[in-house]
Amino acid sequence: MRPFVYERPTSVSSAVDIATHADTGQSPPTAANTQFIAGGTNLADYMRLGVAQPERLIDLNTLVEPALRQIRIEDDAIRFGALVRMSEAADNGDVRRRCPLLAESLQFAASGQLRNMASLGGNVLQRTRCEYFRETSWPCNKREPGSGCAAMEGFNRQHAVLGTSDACIAAYHGDFAQALIALGATVDIEGQQGRRTLAFAKLHRRPGETPNIETDLAADELITAIEVPLAPWSSRSRYLKIRDRESYAFALASAAVALDMDGERVRSARIALGGVATVPWRASAAEDTLKGKVLDEAAARAAADVAFADAKPREHNAFKIPLGKRTLVRALLETRDMKG
Amino acid sequence: MNQAAPAPKDNQGDPVVRIDARLKVTGQASYPADITTANVAYGALVTSSIARGKVSKLQMDDAKAVPGVLEIVTHGDMDNTHKPKFGNTGASSIGPLHDKTIFYDGQIVALVVAETFEAAEEAATLIHADYEDEPPSATFESKGVKVEPAAGKSPMLKEDAKAGDFDAAWAEAAVKIDEKYSTPTQHHNPIELFSTTAIWQGDQLTIHEPSQNVTGWKVELARQLKLDPANVRIISPYIGGAFGSKGPMTARTAIVAIAARRIGRPVRCVVSRIQAFGTQTYRAETRHRIRIGAGKDGRITAFGHEGWEVTSRPDPYVVGGTSATARMYNYGSVLTHVSLVHADRNTPGYMRSPPETPYVYALENAMDEMAVALGMDPVEFRRINEPEKEPIEGKPFSSRSLIKCYDQASEAFGWSRRDPKVGSMRDGDWLVGMGCATAIYPTAVAPCAARVRLTADGAVRVQCGSHEIGTGVRTIAAQMAAERLGVGIEKISVEMGDSTLPPAPVSGGSISTASVCSAVMKACDAVRDKLFAAAAGNDGPLASSANAKLDMADGKVVAETGKSAKLADVFKAMRVGAIEEYAEFAPKGSSPEALSKLYAGQPEFHGGEGDKDSVKYAFGAEFVEVRINRYTREVRVPRIVGAFAAGRIMNTRTARSQLMGGMIWGIGQALHEATEIDRRHARYVNRDLQDYLVPVNADIKQVDVILVPEVDHEVNPAGVKGLGELGNVGTAAAVASAVYHATGKRIRDLPIRIDDLID
Ligand SMILES: Cc1cc2nc3c(=O)[nH]c(=O)nc-3n(C[C@H](O)[C@H](O)[C@H](O)COP(=O)(O)OP(=O)(O)OC[C@H]3O[C@@H](n4cnc5c(N)ncnc54)[C@H](O)[C@@H]3O)c2cc1C
Ligand code: SF4
Repeated sequence: MRPFVYERPTSVSSAVDIATHADTGQSPPTAANTQFIAGGTNLADYMRLGVAQPERLIDLNTLVEPALRQIRIEDDAIRFGALVRMSEAADNGDVRRRCPLLAESLQFAASGQLRNMASLGGNVLQRTRCEYFRETSWPCNKREPGSGCAAMEGFNRQHAVLGTSDACIAAYHGDFAQALIALGATVDIEGQQGRRTLAFAKLHRRPGETPNIETDLAADELITAIEVPLAPWSSRSRYLKIRDRESYAFALASAAVALDMDGERVRSARIALGGVATVPWRASAAEDTLKGKVLDEAAARAAADVAFADAKPREHNAFKIPLGKRTLVRALLETRDMKG
Repeated sequence: MNQAAPAPKDNQGDPVVRIDARLKVTGQASYPADITTANVAYGALVTSSIARGKVSKLQMDDAKAVPGVLEIVTHGDMDNTHKPKFGNTGASSIGPLHDKTIFYDGQIVALVVAETFEAAEEAATLIHADYEDEPPSATFESKGVKVEPAAGKSPMLKEDAKAGDFDAAWAEAAVKIDEKYSTPTQHHNPIELFSTTAIWQGDQLTIHEPSQNVTGWKVELARQLKLDPANVRIISPYIGGAFGSKGPMTARTAIVAIAARRIGRPVRCVVSRIQAFGTQTYRAETRHRIRIGAGKDGRITAFGHEGWEVTSRPDPYVVGGTSATARMYNYGSVLTHVSLVHADRNTPGYMRSPPETPYVYALENAMDEMAVALGMDPVEFRRINEPEKEPIEGKPFSSRSLIKCYDQASEAFGWSRRDPKVGSMRDGDWLVGMGCATAIYPTAVAPCAARVRLTADGAVRVQCGSHEIGTGVRTIAAQMAAERLGVGIEKISVEMGDSTLPPAPVSGGSISTASVCSAVMKACDAVRDKLFAAAAGNDGPLASSANAKLDMADGKVVAETGKSAKLADVFKAMRVGAIEEYAEFAPKGSSPEALSKLYAGQPEFHGGEGDKDSVKYAFGAEFVEVRINRYTREVRVPRIVGAFAAGRIMNTRTARSQLMGGMIWGIGQALHEATEIDRRHARYVNRDLQDYLVPVNADIKQVDVILVPEVDHEVNPAGVKGLGELGNVGTAAAVASAVYHATGKRIRDLPIRIDDLID
């Protein structure tokens, strides 16, 4: 790990100021020489591996604005401050009751220690665990644009089958983001240009030609809050995560599902898929196939086939296509069987 | 899961709590990298990022410019030392800084030493190596590997076992299977990281490093550094997990010692988790072809086992588990052959039950397939093929309680409730499968020395250069001394893990309890003899019981007659304050130089299949239930039952703990563990504990260990069979058998993952 300057601002505006005045140029936040740190569970790891090399860190944990640490349950929405810890949100009784999917996506992530440390803002911005990205001696377009992609023909069991490009196939591994994209969340952002609210679905960018640009954020922009609308489907929702072991593992495939049912029929379905795509992945076409249908196994299978219609396997990850489909089928049926 | 230690049955010792349990759980036990030493500097390794070629240049200017950097040890700096040797004490013959050839990914190319750990680490990342690289051969199918017969290349496999006319029997067999199996590369990943702390005082070198072999390392390190072994001391009082990985000394130890000598200060180097994947040993990848032929009655007439093992270019590391598989059942004829596949990889090394884990996995998975082919219950199939004598040389077993293990485990497991029809058992959306397999481990014992001192107050000090690798051997040595000297365990202190103590063999091969207890027993008996002679002597307090049989109990010498004398009174009669005895134990069949070889760090192993009179093994039977989701196919293991017979059990608590840990590891081998390699570059990719999976608590539900009573006076004076490496043998095959039962899919390549079960 290289030496760095450590800043501890006390307000959002001063944090943004420091970031703005540092010479960040046009680089994406992950390549900027000044970067925010919250729980540090992702960033510190990458600094130690030499993948991230910021010269200056702005610690967000000293910010005093109370809203950053609050969970507000309103009639039509839940608002999470960006510094709320994963475990606080996962354990919140109202969150669990009003929208089980949110709580479960956090509860099944990482380990107890990590969830106590990691913030929700940092969580949604966690970077891939592609093994070739993590080790700096490999070529990697995300880490070093233009150097190539070692994973493409390498060991790619955990890589994505959806949303890939010729430049990068790294999976987005986060769980919470799947809940957020399924539920139509928004993020509040503050930067030198002022405040803005962005649909969560617009936060992450597919790799395309520029896998090094991962989000829509500028280097001086800070996520301050995440808002999740409460809707008829919120309470009948769940997160199914399939992994190699029972706990403390990233998803091989996961499904975030929320259903608004009219008796046996689906009024509206919300679906996102984890572990299989390069970014948080809303399966809108699959949702559409379910509208107005009786949700039986055949309907669930049909939706799953649509969800993976464009999937592109590589040498070691072809199993993610049948697994992803089956995960979705199971999640749809289990969610259907929940009390609304 | 929270269970009490099992109550002792016949020939089993009390579940005495580990004497160092409190120290360990309160963080007071000092592990080698915890030792404080003044003025220490810190080392960080730089390792190669290619697997084959040469270092043409090391660019070190940026690293040297990092404030606090003191020294960079690299090629040329080891020129005045001898290269490491491959063998029992040396992990590999590759001396990474002796020449610039790169033999494997992650090979050491430099050691940076700095005032702080952080500076050393930073500078290490700034060193850039230029390579002349060549395309490497990663593993079995890779172009450029060299394949050769293994037998005779290593003491682990002197010859390929065979018996009878396999070809004829195979041709005639009414029912047969011919299948291939494989096991992946695995790394031990003990939670305590690897480390070396080197301290020079004049020409005396002290090394603090977690080690399973302090005596062997002392001798080997002295050879490498051209020192008198008397000037080298290895200290390793506690070890936070070893599993074989801390058995052979690696090249790092000498490099750190040279660094310390160059800067004239102690140097500590703690190897990162990632770098350990390259610089330490590992379990070699193996492949197997198994042929079993049998009559319709289920009697095996032909058994063929061919094995292939990956090793490094220069070193013939062999495990050769056919020695055990060839003796497992009553085969009519046996044909085995083991091949080595030399690739651009580090030299593998011992990892918990090195031969048996992969080879018995293949055998037992095949046995299950054969039972299916015969339409026979797998337990019954094993019962029918239970041998009177081992089939290779016709020697008897010193004891063999396998069928008792099957009976007790299947009863406890509820095997009779299993519906043999594949895919027939369900619980809601979960397919239920049940399977079983045999565990076997050779019982070996080696020469060992120990010193025991008894003082008049009944306090006992036991000294033995063995190693507490977490097995509980300190506690067991204390139990042995407490029993022989008739004092409470709280009166005993045990010193281990220091090469200045009486030498003990490497703590490997599950020999420690047998070897250490035999030596401690001998030393205690010598103390007893002295006490008895004095007590019953003319001036002794038990003079009147001169011809009576004497024993020790409750801090007294006790005569058959009922009379007794307090220790203090016997000491008074002897006019001494302490009795100290040094004992050397050599097992039956030892060569005349066996004990001098012990001091030279080359202990002879006896037992297993090597003895003339009988073959010596411990056995077990394991039963596993799996649940597999009908949609998503993840495999879970709600319960596992193992019954094991291993001669005298010294302590039912530590024995259970070893066996339970072994079975848990076995579940990991079945479902989780694998070091993944990028085949193009022969480089490992999943080098941390997030990506190298082992079971976590949530994966392990109910684990039951049954200790089956067994008496065996032939194995060694203590009557003990090792069991540290027994529990994880066979487990993976039992899981594979259960997965087959649940799904009808036979998975032959470990680990068994969703990838294999989904379509
Ligand atoms: C071993 C391990 C296992 C894990 N398993 C899982 C898992 O199963 N599922 C899962 O979902 N996750 C998992 N994770 C990832 C974990 O959830 C993330 O590391 C964590 O949520 C990141 O949060 P943090 O606050 O520590 O982020 P940090 O490491 O502090 O920051 C992460 C990134 O976000 C940026 N950042 C942080 N906060 C803000 C903000 N408010 N505004 C703008 N930028 C910001 C930082 O600059 C940095 O680039 C695992 C992590 C580890 C180490
Ligand atoms: S998949 Fe993406 S992150 Fe991984 S090596 Fe390729 S470019 Fe880099």
